[in-house]
Amino acid sequence: MGSITLRSVSKVFGEAKVIPSIDLQINEGEFVVFVGPSGCGKSTLLRLIAGLEDVSGGEIVIDGQNATELPPAKRGLAMVFQSYALYPHMSVRSNIAFPLKMAGMDKGEIDRKVSDAARVLNLTDYLERKPRQLSGGQRQRVAIGRAIVRQPKAFLFDEPLSNLDAALRVNMRLEISELHQQLKTTMIYVTHDQVEAMTMADKIVVLNRGNIEQVGSPLELYRKPANLFVAGFIGSPRMNLIEGKFAEANGAKTVGIRPEHIGLSRDSGLWEGTVTIAEHLGSDTFMHIEVPDVGTVTARAGGEFGVRHGDRVYLTPDETKLHRFNDRGLAL
Amino acid sequence: MATTHTRSAARLMMAPSVILLFAWMIVPLGMTIYFSLLRYNLLMPGTEEFTGLLNYEFFLTDPAFFDALKNTLLLVGGVLAISVIGGILMALLLDQPMFGQGIVRILVIAPFFIMPTVAALVWKNMFMNPVNGLFAWLFRLLGAEPLDWLAVAPLTSVVIIVAWQWLPFATLILLTALQSLDEEQKEAAEMDGAGPISKFIYITLPHMARAITVVVLIETIFLLSVFAEILVTTNGGPGTQSTNITYLVYTQALLQFDVGGASAGGIVAVVLANIVAIFLIRMIGKNLEA
Repeated sequence: MGSITLRSVSKVFGEAKVIPSIDLQINEGEFVVFVGPSGCGKSTLLRLIAGLEDVSGGEIVIDGQNATELPPAKRGLAMVFQSYALYPHMSVRSNIAFPLKMAGMDKGEIDRKVSDAARVLNLTDYLERKPRQLSGGQRQRVAIGRAIVRQPKAFLFDEPLSNLDAALRVNMRLEISELHQQLKTTMIYVTHDQVEAMTMADKIVVLNRGNIEQVGSPLELYRKPANLFVAGFIGSPRMNLIEGKFAEANGAKTVGIRPEHIGLSRDSGLWEGTVTIAEHLGSDTFMHIEVPDVGTVTARAGGEFGVRHGDRVYLTPDETKLHRFNDRGLAL
Repeated sequence: MATTHTRSAARLMMAPSVILLFAWMIVPLGMTIYFSLLRYNLLMPGTEEFTGLLNYEFFLTDPAFFDALKNTLLLVGGVLAISVIGGILMALLLDQPMFGQGIVRILVIAPFFIMPTVAALVWKNMFMNPVNGLFAWLFRLLGAEPLDWLAVAPLTSVVIIVAWQWLPFATLILLTALQSLDEEQKEAAEMDGAGPISKFIYITLPHMARAITVVVLIETIFLLSVFAEILVTTNGGPGTQSTNITYLVYTQALLQFDVGGASAGGIVAVVLANIVAIFLIRMIGKNLEA
């Protein structure tokens, strides 16, 4: 139940080749996150899997069955949309019951499943309300409720948290992760936010211009980015990418070092630089430091590291955490 | 912005238009009520005198009044049914992507711009004429006896003509409603396993409820006072078969020169329109609430 295989799937809109060709294996019970900058084709890929768009080539296999030509409803997948797409004229109860009603299930069975789903999602008190009377987070939960009652083979989430405020987003992130632990159903989650990707995923698929740049667990991507794009995309703040003399000394075209892997000191180190901006977050301090011959370097220090604009500091990159890339941007 | 000052300023600014509109309504209404209480016939000038409710008694007990009442309701109901159901179907069709969509939409709206007399005459002479009409030709083509529409089915003919004029309006309003339906909602319904018919019944139709209400309310206002189409086609006949209240008032005032009786009829029409309005608001007005 819930394995999905894409075999050289491609999608063309008119002249534009949105997805040249993608092969991907999603295993049963996995939480897979598609992440990438906007316009990278991640939503299109999700819609191809859902069946809301026709593939231009290749095939989609769900649970060993070729689903390329199946209509969306027959694929056994459920989707949570970015706008939630709740039916505004129906109560929460009818919204959640809608897919069951369409499946022709009998009334008692529907009622039982709806109240089960409502209990899991803390919606029991809101069942008779209309979507417009709910807060953003509650609407989100109704949308998820509508998806889980069908007991689908896999859930598809299309940037479900992007309409929520920051605090609620963190909450919902946890709730979705917990839901995945409970249900153990395959989930495919699309986001442009690498923090969501890192925190929730079993497996991250990094997409760029319709191509898969790298597939791996969050820590794999963090430790061993396969190329410059992944190196720059995963991790916050971004990895420092340094070219020139320092890179050549390390036998590479470009060298990457994460802000958290740079040692800081006030009196000695490999590089000497001037602090241009210091961002004090309390637990951490992020500094943008202008280093001659190297460029602007971002470095992380403890929250109590009291520097200000214009201070001189010394930096020492941790040699064991260097990422080296060749002239084609691939990791060495 | 809602300080006491701005609010009273706003009231002051609105006052002229409110007063003008109120006068525009109350003066004719007052005069009509006044005339309806007089014995006032243009053929006997100078003999006006107060008669109490006698005009109302005559108007309400006139057998033509009940025919007219029935015809008015049939006319309104018939045109509403055709234009709303037809409008929904047309809107669904026009919402489909197709070549030359913009031009087709403008063409569909066209009948709304044609004045009622012209539209009615075109229908009367080019379609429903038993000798030269297109329908007669069609009937003969099929080997049937041509129908003299305006004589055999006068009210139906008027309903068809008026419905033709109002169909574009309904189509236009319903089409815009249809286009504002969220694409993701349709997709969600599709994922939920709704077929085209379920999608229409559970998603599209409820979404259009407000637009349908607007169409019904606006059309009712105008359909209660259909006049030109009847005047140029059937003249209310044969007998009173296609006379509605508006036309009956016209015959009282300008064919029988009975201003008093016509005024009483006008007041009755106003009361009837209000009854219809109350019923409509009760039935479908809740759709207009946000």
